[in-house]
Amino acid sequence: MTGALLSARGLSLAFGAIRALDAVDADLWPGEVLAVVGESGSGKSTLLDVLSGRRQPQAGIVWYRDPEDHLHELHAMPAPRLRALHRSDWGFVHQNPRETLRMNVSAGGNVGERLMAQGARHYGDIRAQAIDWLRQVEIDADRVDDLPRTYSGGMLQRLQIARTLVTHPRLVFMDEPTGGLDVSVQARLLDLIRGLVARLRVAVVLVTHDIAVARLLAHRIMVMQRGRVVEAGLTDQVLDDPQHPYTQLLVSSVLQA
Amino acid sequence: MILLRTEALAKTFTLHLQGGTRIPVLTAVELVLREGECLALTGPSGAGKSTLLRSLYGNYRADGGRILVRHDGDMVDLAAVEPRTVLAVRERTLGYVSQFLRVVPRVAALDLVAEMAGRNAEPGEARRRAAALLLRLNVPARLHRLPPATFSGGEQQRVNLARGFIGGHPVLLLDEPTASLDDTNRDIVIDLIRETKRGGVGIVGIFHDGIVREAVADRIFPVLPLQDAA
Ligand SMILES: Nc1ncnc2c1ncn2[C@@H]1O[C@H](COP(=O)(O)OP(=O)(O)O)[C@@H](O)[C@H]1O
Ligand SMILES: Nc1ncnc2c1ncn2[C@@H]1O[C@H](COP(=O)(O)OP(=O)(O)O)[C@@H](O)[C@H]1O
Ligand SMILES: [Mg+2]
Ligand SMILES: [Mg+2]
Repeated sequence: MTGALLSARGLSLAFGAIRALDAVDADLWPGEVLAVVGESGSGKSTLLDVLSGRRQPQAGIVWYRDPEDHLHELHAMPAPRLRALHRSDWGFVHQNPRETLRMNVSAGGNVGERLMAQGARHYGDIRAQAIDWLRQVEIDADRVDDLPRTYSGGMLQRLQIARTLVTHPRLVFMDEPTGGLDVSVQARLLDLIRGLVARLRVAVVLVTHDIAVARLLAHRIMVMQRGRVVEAGLTDQVLDDPQHPYTQLLVSSVLQA
Repeated sequence: MILLRTEALAKTFTLHLQGGTRIPVLTAVELVLREGECLALTGPSGAGKSTLLRSLYGNYRADGGRILVRHDGDMVDLAAVEPRTVLAVRERTLGYVSQFLRVVPRVAALDLVAEMAGRNAEPGEARRRAAALLLRLNVPARLHRLPPATFSGGEQQRVNLARGFIGGHPVLLLDEPTASLDDTNRDIVIDLIRETKRGGVGIVGIFHDGIVREAVADRIFPVLPLQDAA
């Protein structure tokens, strides 16, 4: 397959007088990690919601390419198809894992649930895959039957990642996946995400306000300010030789990203 | 055969946070690199040598002219192609050894080198080659499993060199590769560069050390501060 997995053109969305998105274009290629950076309120999460079909834009279009190479206009897809897409070919990792995890279901159940939603029925297989994925996110197999509320913040985030990746999605959306965690926990999680993404060659749209995270994980970067993409390109080029005044300000305000 | 050439390459920095100050660094750079040849960039500090090298790698964005690289048999213009093509060129064609090692923290030296062996290298083989190259560069085996953050400047530079040389790229860009090395290690690097050239690799380098430059360079390419050149 050679085409972009996702292509957006002219996305605009205003909340009253606030232009959360203003004529945004974006493309994502198979296996590519695209970071969306910018300060708080610049429209990053809104863009992620629109790109993932969770929110309708007021103008613009998003094309999604399915595994059979057919193009779909994302926001015209019937809701059940979109939900099915989010259960299989796509995944979403939220900053707060409690948004997606079911806190009254065991860790293994949380991972297995996504397989069952895809049609898996054999209990032994599902459990084996769940344990395998817990291992891949560095959670001990003996924690598989524990409830998520007994997990630390970093473990919850790793559990959410296992739950997302178990269906082998080609595209994962991540919104500040390391936000709100202690620095040492963040570092471990970043190493884990970096390793998984490289090994599985999954495409990722990663929203982060932290340009060090973008430098570590992303092939390409998009810089947003007040709903507009002010600069985009190869990650190291944008961060080492920023062209736009806002990017220069972002880069200069960090120590050695 | 020409591996790399620039046509009218130009680069000016615009410092928006300093009232839009413009720093013209490169103009009308016409550079040609052939197979098996080493080109040494020379000029005073601040002249723009590193800027030129970084532009050739696509790390800095050229704002005028073309950077033509022989990639998979075709000449591609690095100044004009999409980011993912730049990444493909870096993976298979262009290697770069930066002045200072800047890598993912917490990753062992051996893995940092092995991951540069190329996508098609079998992992076990990549690690064996990485270990051999590190040993050749005098990075002892006990350091291979450690992240280089705590290494000395010279050790870090040798890890950096191993990362640059392991990939077998047809073109290598070297920014002061011997700057923090003692004489013994400097001579090892000289040997490595000469051997690499004999394999047909073209090299563009900045060598602050006259001994190294004498030993490896076939031609000098002067980079002059723009006000002097005018
Ligand atoms: N549901 C909403 N209702 C009203 N305003 C919103 C809503 N969601 C986002 N906004 C506003 O849109 C702008 C962009 O928000 P957001 O996309 O969350 O930014 P970021 O993720 O970059 O911090 C902000 O000014 C925010 O207050
Ligand atoms: N990323 C950058 N942003 C702004 N100016 C830069 C940047 N990189 C280099 N320069 C400027 O370009 C000029 C040439 O620097 P450099 O290429 O490092 O010189 P050399 O390697 O010859 O010592 C200097 O004035 C330097 O300050
Ligand atoms: Mg947000
Ligand atoms: Mg320099």
